[in-house]
Amino acid sequence: MKSLISINDFNKEEMMQVLDLARKYEAEPNCPIFSDKVIACIFFEPSTRTKLSFETAVSRLGARVIGFSSLPATSIAKGESLKDTIKMVSNYADMIVMRHPLDGAARYASEIAGCPVINAGDGANQHPTQTLLDMYSIWKTQGTLENLSITMVGDLKYGRTVHSLLQAMSHFNPRFRFVSCPELEIPWEYEHFLDSRNIPYSQHNVLEGQIQDADILYMTRIQQERFQDPMEFEKVRNLMSLDASMLTDTKPNLKILHPLPRVNEIATDVDERPEAYYFDQARNGVFTRMGIITYLMNQ
Amino acid sequence: METKKKLKVSAIRNGTVIDRIPAEGLFHVIEILGLAKRDLQMTFGTNLESKVLGTKSIIKITDKFFEEDDVNRIALVAPDAVLNIIKEYKVVEKRRVVIPSEIYGLVRCLNPRCITNHELIKTRFTTSMTSDGIVLRCHYCEKETEQKNLQIISNN
Ligand SMILES: [Zn+2]
Repeated sequence: MKSLISINDFNKEEMMQVLDLARKYEAEPNCPIFSDKVIACIFFEPSTRTKLSFETAVSRLGARVIGFSSLPATSIAKGESLKDTIKMVSNYADMIVMRHPLDGAARYASEIAGCPVINAGDGANQHPTQTLLDMYSIWKTQGTLENLSITMVGDLKYGRTVHSLLQAMSHFNPRFRFVSCPELEIPWEYEHFLDSRNIPYSQHNVLEGQIQDADILYMTRIQQERFQDPMEFEKVRNLMSLDASMLTDTKPNLKILHPLPRVNEIATDVDERPEAYYFDQARNGVFTRMGIITYLMNQ
Repeated sequence: METKKKLKVSAIRNGTVIDRIPAEGLFHVIEILGLAKRDLQMTFGTNLESKVLGTKSIIKITDKFFEEDDVNRIALVAPDAVLNIIKEYKVVEKRRVVIPSEIYGLVRCLNPRCITNHELIKTRFTTSMTSDGIVLRCHYCEKETEQKNLQIISNN
């Protein structure tokens, strides 16, 4: 029995197996191979986007969905421990997909559940299915995951998708450019991680000029709450926003990714450009999650 | 030899002398080893001069010998500690503590949003050494706690 809690739970080979399955499901999305299974989607905090994506994936695999979404309707509001809730749900389900506001909640759940657990986001920690769908999008658009130049932009300090993607791509000999402001720079432990693997990277404060040799431009949202001074926020956001005029002299294979929802770090005039891939990226989420469910169910 | 210098605290016949404890780590060591809760005959020395540490503490415990796993837990607060095993007033063995690769319980995760700070869960960390000392990586939230921020959980 295997769970997917952190992207580090999968080695390179396992990642590629999931991506292969995702490609198969994209070619043939209706594969009701798990019509005898019940999958619980339990969301201790709301996330409509992720929940819909998972429920679609479960439905396309023919399994039935049970579950609940966020407080306060459930017994968690009455003080029931996470442990008791997980024990109860794992009596009913063959697999648990869970999202929780606290870091590490999914790992803990996987230790007490009697069935595989998929982490659909645990606080600021991990969101491995997002990472795998990012990888699927990169793989699909570039034809390979090897030797790519990836520019990551925005909130690199708190952005968990950035951290997980960086860890996952470290298996594939990448080069990174990080574009951020001093307040939101990549944490030292990730610099240390890259150094220890001899992965080249550079840091910048302005997006302009960091796009031209990129294969992948990975944009993330900057949250205003991170700044005490609203003026500072505006200034920083302008330095890290993308518009169509900046997409000149870029590589022909460049694709722009964003885990969504975006605010205005990508101007809408980019949406019609061939480099814009963020909406397709979201669609890839269903196929990738079908691949993850299948891989874990068959372990 | 350290023991020949007369340890400024009277010698014991049989037992263990834990030497080279950083002066500020003394009470943590007592706590981690659960020494206060047992009927043991102990003497402490603190703020003693040390070439290695500047000042140090030592603990002498009569008729007490530790298991290796047990004693390695103090490596978190006293990484340079040396155990002198005493038999008939003689040091028969000197043992350095080794930082365990995994630590269960004992330390609180520094991350306030970590599940271990919200539910009754025994903490669990993997350890690694950096130039700034020991770093503990939480098995649950995957965040790192540095040595200078360690918080020992009492009554462990
Ligand atoms: Zn933790």
